[in-house]
Amino acid sequence: MSALDSLYQQIILEESKTRRGGDLRDDQLDGQHLPANVGQCHQLNPVCGDEITLRIETAEDEVSGIHWAGDGCSISMASASILSDMVVGLNRAEVAALIANFREVMRSRGKLVADEEILGDAAALSGVSKFPARVKCAMLAWVAAEDALNQTR
Amino acid sequence: MTGTANHGHSLPLTDTEILRIRNDFPILEQLVNEQPLVYLDSGATSQNPLSVMEAEQEYYEQRNSAVHRGAHTLAVAATDVFEDARSTVAAFIGADDNELVWTQNATAGLNLIAYSFGNASVGKVCDAAKKFAVGPGDEVLVTEMEHHANLIPWQELCRRTGATLRFIPIYDDGTLDMAAAATLITERTKVLAFTHVSNVTGVINPVAELVALAHAVGALVVLDACQSAPHLPLDVKALDVDFAVFSGHKMLAPTGIGGVYGRAALLDAMPPFLTGGSMITTVTMEEAGYLPAPQRFEAGTQPISQAAALAAACNYLSETGMARIHAWEAELGKRLVKGLEGIEGIRVLGPPAGVPRAGLAAFEVAGVHAHDVGQFLDAAGIAVRVGHHCAQPLHRRLGLNSSTRASTYLYNTTAEVDAFLAAVAGVRAYFGVEGASL
Ligand SMILES: Cc1ncc(COP(=O)(O)O)c(C=O)c1O
Repeated sequence: MSALDSLYQQIILEESKTRRGGDLRDDQLDGQHLPANVGQCHQLNPVCGDEITLRIETAEDEVSGIHWAGDGCSISMASASILSDMVVGLNRAEVAALIANFREVMRSRGKLVADEEILGDAAALSGVSKFPARVKCAMLAWVAAEDALNQTR
Repeated sequence: MTGTANHGHSLPLTDTEILRIRNDFPILEQLVNEQPLVYLDSGATSQNPLSVMEAEQEYYEQRNSAVHRGAHTLAVAATDVFEDARSTVAAFIGADDNELVWTQNATAGLNLIAYSFGNASVGKVCDAAKKFAVGPGDEVLVTEMEHHANLIPWQELCRRTGATLRFIPIYDDGTLDMAAAATLITERTKVLAFTHVSNVTGVINPVAELVALAHAVGALVVLDACQSAPHLPLDVKALDVDFAVFSGHKMLAPTGIGGVYGRAALLDAMPPFLTGGSMITTVTMEEAGYLPAPQRFEAGTQPISQAAALAAACNYLSETGMARIHAWEAELGKRLVKGLEGIEGIRVLGPPAGVPRAGLAAFEVAGVHAHDVGQFLDAAGIAVRVGHHCAQPLHRRLGLNSSTRASTYLYNTTAEVDAFLAAVAGVRAYFGVEGASL
């Protein structure tokens, strides 16, 4: 597989169009007056304009819903879609561990092999780590999710 | 020689000349991702020919010293290099020696101008400096197509002084709405700052018309010549602008050097921005007198080797012939736009083929984000710029938040443009979006 093909695996191209969780409405973008179990975060990559607003809803200790609106490259949109499919039903500690693992793989400059047991479909994004300029794209939704979850109680 | 001075009729460079030119740019001869490098990002930063690198090396090998300061032989030699460089670069843009101030780049140059205007607007200032003052009721006018470098310094000036920032809108094809310009330029307008050539659409603005409108109301004209000084014969006196800025790294020179042109009478009356050593006459514990321009604006140790290198770059460009370079890039620009317009699902920003433009083209690919387009092209060894190109308001106006830009220079060949076009033709199939529309 060429480096380009490892970056743009079929599943990534598909997820970037499916955009699971990409249903945050325009009137929800400002994120004002959220109940305590809901957190929301806006992330922007000023270099390329990739942008996401991501909302996480919790019930007790678990993520019960995730919704986002965004515009960006296929990597950033696929990453948000895959993330949305993974986190519902996980508890805080599990989400934190998942994000930490993903971040470590992304920052490894291609040295770490993603563990599919842990990362599931997100393992398909491991090709991104060989393209330092794209790591931010892949991390965008995950950073937003981390921040949004930290806001919830 | 027929002696015609009209650069519109200059012959473009020929393929043989370009192959010779390319030998002067060692960086171009490399493989990127196992493909010959096709460098189409000179609008962001250009490559340096050997003569430019040699000028910098020669300075450090033979003359490195403090300028305008020492009595020793090397200091004199360094000062000569520095001031000769100023003459060369000033002549290159049609200015006199004392009308060129060195800066780090165009951004620093625009900030120098805006902050100097700001310094003339607050506190106690002498009468001569009052013509630069702006305040409540005054307007600073820019255009909707500006690079952030020619927008934010003016936003900040207005924030500090209470002046109002306004802008001349553009049409859908990227050209300036000159009817709006005529109504927006009024007695309240104190400054008109605009780009000569857009770094996104390649639009070449009607400088003479804008200068006439501005001067009729006594406004000062600041020209962003970042994308024109490298690519076409520039004569700031003929254009009759009051100030102009440019960046060396976009015109075959290294980073860290650029310039501000200002009319001599204006520069000598304008309060300084950066202050400190090398720009003063008599200094007491209470106050200081300032040297005339250009030294008044060159506080601290200056980029000497970079100035020498920029002079070498101007010599390289002059010897090749700016009119011929411009004619060549116009051909490449036309080829780019025609080629891109012929590819399904591509929208070119800016004027359609047939309308004069600089040798660059930014475009949108239906269904594929610019970042992905750039990645795909990079895998083919093709270097382009992706993103908003430091022009967010322009992109927003055109309904986008990013685009892909190919920009050419004197070392690019038609074969490279064709290789680029062939690669772009494969983008949508690769990303599986052939059905998507713009
Ligand atoms: C039109 C225009 N103005 C200003 C600039 C800023 O130049 P620099 O970053 O060298 O200061 C650029 C460079 O991108 C430009 O294209």
